[in-house]
Amino acid sequence: MCTGRVDIGFVLRAFQKGADGVFIGGCWPGECHYVTEGNYDVLKNAHIAKKILETLGINPNRLRLEWISASEGMRYAEVMNDFGRVLKELGPLGKGEGIDPSALAIRLEAANRLVPYVKLVERERLRQRFKTEEEYAEFFASDELKRIFEDLVVDKLAVSQMTLLLRDNPLTSAEIAKALDLEPADVSRHLKDSSRKGLVRYDEGEKRYALAI
Amino acid sequence: MNSAERNIGDVLIVGGGISGIQAALDLANSGFRVFLVDKSPALGGKMSQLDKTFPTNDCSMCIESPKFIECSRNPNIEIITYTEVDRVEGEAGDFKVTLTKKPRYISEEKCTGCNICVDYCPVKIKDPFNQELSENKAVHIYFSQAVPLVTYVDPETCLYLKEGKCQICVGACKTNAIDLHQKPETFQIEVGAILLSPGYSTFDPKLRGDFGYGRMQNVVTSLDFERILCATGPYEGEVLRPSDGKHPHKIAWIQCVGSRQVTPGGNNYCSAVCCAYSQKQVILAKDHSPTMQATIFHNDVRAYGKDFERFHQRAEKLSDVRFIRSYVTVGKEIESSKNVTIRYSTVDHGVKEEEFDMVVLSVGLNPPKDVEVLAAKFGIELTDQKFCKNNPYNPIETSRKGIFVSGAFQGPLDIPESVVTASGADALVGQLLSTRRHKLERERVYPVEKDVSQEELKIGVVVCYCGANIGRVVNIPEVIEYAATLPNVSWAGENLFACSTENAKQISDAIVAKGLNRVVLAACTPRTHEPLFRDTCREAGLNQYFFEFANIREHCSWVHSREKENATAKAKEIVRMSVARAAHLEPLQEFQLPVDHTALVVGGGVAGMTASLNMAEQGFEVYLVEKDDDLGGMARRLHYTIDGTEVQPYLADLVKKVYRHPGIHVWTDAIIEDVSGYVGNFTTRVTSQGRVREVKHGVSVLATGAAEYKPTEYLYGESENVLTQLELEEKIVAGDEKVVAAKSIVMIQCVGCRQADRNYCSRICCNQAIKNALKLKKINPEVEIQIIFRDMRTYGLKEVYYREAAERDVKFIRYEPEGKPLVEAAGAGFKVTVPDPVLGQMMELEADLVVLAAAVIPSEASQEAGKLFKVSNNPDGFFQEAHVKLRPVDFSADGVFLCGTAHYPKHLTETISQALGAAGRAVGILSKETVTASGSVCDVDESSCVACGACITACKYGAISFVDTPKGKKAHVEPILCKGDGLCNAKCPTRAIYLKHYTDDAIYAQIDAALPPSRA
Repeated sequence: MCTGRVDIGFVLRAFQKGADGVFIGGCWPGECHYVTEGNYDVLKNAHIAKKILETLGINPNRLRLEWISASEGMRYAEVMNDFGRVLKELGPLGKGEGIDPSALAIRLEAANRLVPYVKLVERERLRQRFKTEEEYAEFFASDELKRIFEDLVVDKLAVSQMTLLLRDNPLTSAEIAKALDLEPADVSRHLKDSSRKGLVRYDEGEKRYALAI
Repeated sequence: MNSAERNIGDVLIVGGGISGIQAALDLANSGFRVFLVDKSPALGGKMSQLDKTFPTNDCSMCIESPKFIECSRNPNIEIITYTEVDRVEGEAGDFKVTLTKKPRYISEEKCTGCNICVDYCPVKIKDPFNQELSENKAVHIYFSQAVPLVTYVDPETCLYLKEGKCQICVGACKTNAIDLHQKPETFQIEVGAILLSPGYSTFDPKLRGDFGYGRMQNVVTSLDFERILCATGPYEGEVLRPSDGKHPHKIAWIQCVGSRQVTPGGNNYCSAVCCAYSQKQVILAKDHSPTMQATIFHNDVRAYGKDFERFHQRAEKLSDVRFIRSYVTVGKEIESSKNVTIRYSTVDHGVKEEEFDMVVLSVGLNPPKDVEVLAAKFGIELTDQKFCKNNPYNPIETSRKGIFVSGAFQGPLDIPESVVTASGADALVGQLLSTRRHKLERERVYPVEKDVSQEELKIGVVVCYCGANIGRVVNIPEVIEYAATLPNVSWAGENLFACSTENAKQISDAIVAKGLNRVVLAACTPRTHEPLFRDTCREAGLNQYFFEFANIREHCSWVHSREKENATAKAKEIVRMSVARAAHLEPLQEFQLPVDHTALVVGGGVAGMTASLNMAEQGFEVYLVEKDDDLGGMARRLHYTIDGTEVQPYLADLVKKVYRHPGIHVWTDAIIEDVSGYVGNFTTRVTSQGRVREVKHGVSVLATGAAEYKPTEYLYGESENVLTQLELEEKIVAGDEKVVAAKSIVMIQCVGCRQADRNYCSRICCNQAIKNALKLKKINPEVEIQIIFRDMRTYGLKEVYYREAAERDVKFIRYEPEGKPLVEAAGAGFKVTVPDPVLGQMMELEADLVVLAAAVIPSEASQEAGKLFKVSNNPDGFFQEAHVKLRPVDFSADGVFLCGTAHYPKHLTETISQALGAAGRAVGILSKETVTASGSVCDVDESSCVACGACITACKYGAISFVDTPKGKKAHVEPILCKGDGLCNAKCPTRAIYLKHYTDDAIYAQIDAALPPSRA
């Protein structure tokens, strides 16, 4: 099994279950034991996962990917000690970010439900393969990536959270914005869009939005 | 099988230590039937008595004992213990050997190793395995992981055998296994070849009586101290002193006890392993008691092996550790405290006498006991030092054809060298007996696998103490109690050493008795032990993929040894995760993949040629690729060895044999373009002399060599009278006037290594300097030669040449790294200034020639080969073997092997040994029709597959394609091509493709178990 086997879903699941940090250790680029160079796949997945965490308001440094070969026991100890220090500084998941537990739960669940879709986005739009770590970092910091991510993922994440929230009881647009810490204008846009697609409906009696089904 | 058949085999191995064991396994795995004979009651040799092994501090028994079990389970190895050879008749290919089995007074067939007789036996004796530091009984098992796990009776102390009294044990034994009337049993076997691996004995300091051993209770030998350190030792892993059982706070180690001596009773050679093992003992003793003060009285520190330099630094940097360069004498034992005084002298303080709580004598390695009798029986010659006399061009060959030698009977060797020579012996036997291969081979038979698909989950959890490795830190009973409460766990129990035969059998018995259908073992690492326990499951009729390892040693007790409570909590969490995962395990079947019986060897130096020639002689086709336009490599620059053997005629002969061998295809001017495939089925594209060619091969041997450092120091390159040792050698042979007529020569050692950027010793340079100095002295006895050195590392039997050089008036001046010599041009020659450590002032030397011991550095070809073959290099740039001790010529990548200086600098004979070792290991694969591939491969749930093709583009092995099904196009995995990396799983949007054994469900279960709700 290769680090490239690490699914974005695994990372999100760990955070969902309350992990304050997730560490992925892989072989050094160029030292893949398979012919696949799967460590570049995990590198990309880690970048995507960090982007998602950022969008959710979670500090992306809670996810750490490091290259450590089997002969580098000392380095492993150093890296883990350092990661432990970083996490202690960040504080417990959610608390450190100032997100309340129920909102955090909704955000992570929303992201988790989106994993299959994110994989499609990766396949259709992010299949670029670079030679160096720097190129990956550069690409994931680029405007192009930002645009792709905003167009394809950010809104989906918001809608996913909204539907999860409305599962319990109907809410007004303002209540949704408050609960999810989103801009009211964005919430209205998503509600209008989702109504048009038949995902949510406006309950005239309650004066609130509810799930369509 | 009748008894005549039983007594016919291919190879007899005499000596069941690590070298004999490795040879037995290699030979049995390459199609030969082996008798493995040892005179002691169990396999294991000296390695089984060691606590840990340098430089990785792996637990010695933990890495050796799985091999005992492997031997005992191999149908082609017959283990015969407590047995000695009487005589050998016949010749290579047809030996008749007469052996006598000493009476154990126990029936090996009936004894179950239950130890009840031991409990009843009234006679206490000193335990030989524990160096007589603790007690055992007159009937006992040699040690707890012994193979065979049966008792034996000591005839010297047994009351019945001595005086005809007692016999309590006979009544106590439930299986009637005790037979106090047993007689020696003499029998004959027929074999084609014999391997001698009788090991060594340790120097006995009692004989000469110096150092107080035997008179002063707190003076122990280093082997005694190994037992004291060990969890299964006399004090159960607590470091205590023999006189009063108290913790010693101040321990001294005395180096070179019995070694490097000219006084009668001592050995004139260096024992090669003591520097490193003492450093290890210091590190371990400090680990047991961090405030302990350690003092090592030493001569040269010989950290000449791979990673030894760093290991020495590690010991030196610990607090309260002093390395003192001084000869010592043991003073007196202090009556009241039983402390011991040591007199020593240093440059700064003169003579001092200091008191220590305990003194460890770093005793050297002697030839095996009764070596002359042994030599006479086998008709082989010995050296002056009573080691086995071997062929100078092939250290594994003895003076008698068909009889080979491996391990420390060659001379002092460490464990990896003993293993390498064992694999090398396999290669030579394979060459001698190639026509007999597979003729006597037998298959292993397992019980029929039980179908458990209809059963409910019954998970068994076994928690291992690993002696004290885990048990000292983790509270095992607490972990067991906890494990029993976990979902689906139907039984939880403990093991002292899960890897001992008895306990492994307990596990397989428990599987049957308790009806277990999943097994979780909380112990050590799957890297070394998973195959053993998967096999244990198979023995019990359970599919081997129902086994799950929870590593609570490397991942827990070893790294949290100071936080026992937290470590116990973590061990529980690790077990909980494994149990959760075990619930999702499915039975899997493995695949047999065909093997291409062709080898590719990269590098046409002595290593590559030796490996090629051996494999070809064993009957396999070999492609040898060399980047230069001719074969020979670095050896072209070598002309004579320190032992006086000529290199060039040997090399010319080797090159000729390689070129002429019909089974070897030599491609020169070759560049490897691309390597693909896997063990048994590689495809490599090579451009040679402008042509691109492709070769299919089953194994690869990388022998890409090393290079000589080009010095930038000491005026090298500025003056043509500053040479490297290799350049000097060439000029000596050419009769260069400047060299042979030089009146004074200064040699400087350690140029370009043993420094921050190259933190290793180049191993060969001290011998090279001595070799050339002796040659120059022979040409002109008047020439003045001064060797400026840091530590003279003429390890092993080479020590005698160091002494010879001193006798011939070669001068040795030691320098410290902070006081490097200064070389300046002066007239036609040089002025060399160096601080004199003894006199404390600057010395000025005149020299016509300055010769530099330039470091051996990794070759560029090794870096390139590393990338192409997906194998790693160590921090110094040399190849990284799979396991430093026990897999010294394997890479972690299956089917790829290494040898020669690409692994680490080494001498010509060492290179030849290692090349044969690599050939032996490679033939282990080449000689098989198939290799077994893991059952952990991908498969597709067609109903979930949406035919998006994400998996197909992710797979670099081309294992996935679309197939038409009644429900449309679906992804399909060709299991033989799948390597189980699982990349496709992370790409599939519908979780349709899944990696068996590592499914999403299993991994999610593990994540969830790691983070239970109470934590969130």
